[in-house]
Amino acid sequence: MNNSRWLPLAVFAALAVLLAAGVWLSRNPDREKLPSPLIGKPAPAFSLPVLHEAGRLLTSQELRGAPYLLNVWGSWCPACRDEHPVLTRFAETKRLRVIGFNWKDEHADALRWLEQYGNPYVVVVADYDGKAAIDWGIYGAPETFLVDGRGIVRWKFVGPLTDKVIANELLPELSKIEKAR
Amino acid sequence: MLSLSLALTFAQPAQAQPANDPAPLSFTDTGEERRFHALVAELRCVMCQNQSLADSNAQIAHDLRREVLALMRQGKSDGEIKDFLVARYGEFVLYRPQVESKTWLLWFGPALLLLAGGFAVARIVHARSATTRPADTRIDEEQEW
Repeated sequence: MNNSRWLPLAVFAALAVLLAAGVWLSRNPDREKLPSPLIGKPAPAFSLPVLHEAGRLLTSQELRGAPYLLNVWGSWCPACRDEHPVLTRFAETKRLRVIGFNWKDEHADALRWLEQYGNPYVVVVADYDGKAAIDWGIYGAPETFLVDGRGIVRWKFVGPLTDKVIANELLPELSKIEKAR
Repeated sequence: MLSLSLALTFAQPAQAQPANDPAPLSFTDTGEERRFHALVAELRCVMCQNQSLADSNAQIAHDLRREVLALMRQGKSDGEIKDFLVARYGEFVLYRPQVESKTWLLWFGPALLLLAGGFAVARIVHARSATTRPADTRIDEEQEW
């Protein structure tokens, strides 16, 4: 008959373990950031207008041949402003091409933003209607993708880049690409 | 609008979203509208992650709703539209994930728990009824316990 006396305790213990597991699993502050299903897959094809050259379109094909960093930003995005000096410092090292992906911005606002804070990008493409952004699985700015020379997405980061993220995540991924070539 | 953008700023300090005002969607007939609403209610907003695509007022949700309607008009089935979004945003966009090894506990866990609970209750009821019975009539059943 001891069985039924211990049963409530056992149920309580099981529930406690379950709740503890829930708390443990949610300890990661990055849990709201979605993993990209694009990692290891070809970068989505696009053909987008170049921000600084009226009438010129840039395609994803033209970017092939060497790795590049695609940075999603908008003049409406406060965190992009925070990220900007970090990205500029990284772009100055010339480790790889940094491409700007201007997401759902006003043309004039985007140009003014770059004039004001400086332009770290070798080229900026503008996605005015946000259709190309959907193909990339973009859902908030800033977001940053690392694409290798064959056009395969190798890494994605959601949120503003920091020196730590660049040193601990981006550069190791880039070294892997460079070694494989 | 200001309070909304302030609220969004505080809710997601690391990220932002564009805030241009979208035009409302218009439907050709009630059948299309019904199918659209049923579909977006099953999809999760990727930005504001505890709302469905139907409920969310985030800009990306507007864009994705527009995309869903455009795909419907291209003649895509509900399954194809879901696959389209899963290919871009991952399984996360589905409120009802596909049954696979990674999600079977999610699908069948509640049923398993219910079964275990039912078994425990049956055991207790059985044990209690056994103790209240006269000892001489049901000897062999008591021995089980």
